[in-house]
Amino acid sequence: MSILVNKDTKVVVQGITGSTAKFHTKQMIEYGTKIVAGVTPGKGGEKVEGVPVFNTLSEAVKATGATVSVIYVPAPFAADAILEAVDAQLELVICITEHIPVLDMVKVKRYMEGKKTRLIGPNCPGVTTAEECKIGLMPSYIHKKGHVGVISRSGTLTYEAVHQLSQAGIGQSSAVGIGGDPIKGMDFIDVLKAFNEDEDTYAVMMLGEIGGTAEEEAAEWIKKHMTKPVVGFIGGRMAPPGKRMGHAGAIISGGKGTADEKIRAMNACGIEVADTPATMGETLIKVLKEKGIYDACHTH
Amino acid sequence: MNIHEYQGKEILRKYGVAVPNGKAAFSVEEAVAVAQELATKVCVVKAQIHAGGRGKAGGVKVAKNIDEVRQYASEILGKTLVTHQTGPQGKVVKRLLIEEGCDIKKEYYVGLVIDRATSRVVLMASEEGGMEIETVAANTPEKIFKEVIDPVVGLAGYQARRIAFNINIPPELVGQAVKFMMGLYRVFIEKDCSIAEINPLVATGDGKVMALDAKLNFDDSALSRHPDVAEYRDTDEEDANELEAAKYGLNYVTLDGDIACMVNGAGLAMATVDIIKHNGGEPANFLDVGGSSTVETVKGALDIILGDKKVKGIFVNIFGGINKCDVIAQGIVSAAQQVGIHIPLVVRLEGTNVEQGKEILEKSGIDIVVADSLSSGAKKIVALVG
Repeated sequence: MSILVNKDTKVVVQGITGSTAKFHTKQMIEYGTKIVAGVTPGKGGEKVEGVPVFNTLSEAVKATGATVSVIYVPAPFAADAILEAVDAQLELVICITEHIPVLDMVKVKRYMEGKKTRLIGPNCPGVTTAEECKIGLMPSYIHKKGHVGVISRSGTLTYEAVHQLSQAGIGQSSAVGIGGDPIKGMDFIDVLKAFNEDEDTYAVMMLGEIGGTAEEEAAEWIKKHMTKPVVGFIGGRMAPPGKRMGHAGAIISGGKGTADEKIRAMNACGIEVADTPATMGETLIKVLKEKGIYDACHTH
Repeated sequence: MNIHEYQGKEILRKYGVAVPNGKAAFSVEEAVAVAQELATKVCVVKAQIHAGGRGKAGGVKVAKNIDEVRQYASEILGKTLVTHQTGPQGKVVKRLLIEEGCDIKKEYYVGLVIDRATSRVVLMASEEGGMEIETVAANTPEKIFKEVIDPVVGLAGYQARRIAFNINIPPELVGQAVKFMMGLYRVFIEKDCSIAEINPLVATGDGKVMALDAKLNFDDSALSRHPDVAEYRDTDEEDANELEAAKYGLNYVTLDGDIACMVNGAGLAMATVDIIKHNGGEPANFLDVGGSSTVETVKGALDIILGDKKVKGIFVNIFGGINKCDVIAQGIVSAAQQVGIHIPLVVRLEGTNVEQGKEILEKSGIDIVVADSLSSGAKKIVALVG
């Protein structure tokens, strides 16, 4: 078991003929992901890495039975690609693209209301279920199959955490990058719920950062509902107020959204937070030992 | 992107949103000419900088005649204003707004923001005008009224009306206030704003509702579809290194320390700044080289870092996903060969194409301290800089 995606998931790549998409399509196929189709308007009939390309997403879905899409479409057209995926009634759409105008996402979220499609991202590294299915950008070799779920607002920080865990012999169930934008699809709580219900996940690592209050809300939710241990990290302790730290959503505004505030809220809800990004793995291992589930999580 | 108050008012005026008559002036003579053209009893001379708190810092003066306009303009132009938003170094005033004075009866707050929790644009208003909205939210939250706007229908008339009555706009002025808010919402949507804050909105003695101040911020990701807004950029108001970095598509924020870092991904870049500090070092910058680095952008990043005289060491921390380690390595080698790096350089590479990246660095013969983890990299650079 795992969450969101597994070895049987059929994936369509939107924007497959772009250079980034081509590179990562190859990487995903090598990882074992079932990439069944690609979409680029006007390039229907071509092939990328042996994958058939279609002009429209509905055509691709009809021909291949894909249920999940991943979007590498450039920012000015990416919101439209999400709408197309929702219209095609896919189960899940993972949007990698960065710099989508925020008001475009406001419309997308409105359009998604009442529809079955779930969205991860935008501006995210994707989802990997270790040794089964990798969708997005995450480097392949860092993952190791196991029982720790990882959720993060940052791509590279996810890699760092996963790498630390794998190096210490702690495998992962799924790693989910929810993205660094202020308006996005699934949030911490949505993914925490999925991990809480997944019998193969024994513990969760949650990586947050400055800006907004999603971590505080997640901490409250964890305190009330989560039956598995959660360990956290918050990036941006040193970030000056009012400055956008790379991610569109990473900004301390009006004195709100600071790292200290988030860490306090998490601690108050019983969540241990790693002091530095170098000790994310160690902190989780310490908690696994305290809870008596280290051996169950350690892969030899 | 931020713009000046006078630029914001120019945009508002085009959308029929009421603002006082006025014009920008870049010299004392221009200020006098604008005042003469306005020909009002009272003129306001307002410093134009990208920061709030100008009034308290002496950047806003009311002039009763042309001589006073001349006097205040010459006092404020060139003056360094220090406000709670400028930092201790302050900001030099290079532009003024000369505006007709108005007879203020009451001040309100009206703002549009993007709300993360609802994924919608939210209209916020309060009768506590002139105060920072954060202060009102902390002390008297019951005085803030909000309307969540459905993007399909836009700001509905009844919502604007409800806000106007809730903040106690005099009934005879509610119509004007509604028109004002509807216009402001159009600006917000059509120009891709991230914040549109009118503080204060005023009701005047002669029965008008207008924006006394205007703070408009724009979504950087949407600027390419608004060349007219992009033209308002005032590079004097921005950090030189941050501007240079933006040319290469890099995210750069200047900090006060002496250890520069170059990282891929915003989250890891923030975490790298944090861990340098945790190990007793002082970070000189936040730098995210972004997701599509080329040899040129990496070299550009190193040029900016090396051009910063306070930098005594560099920590490169790359965990390649969409970025490839070999491309980053090539950029480092190319920068080192062309400009020379004469300060300690610690490099940690991991992720996509890591083996090729390490090989390029080894073969280059450049003096690089290799680190095999985030923790050891941070410790090494802090030790080397001392």
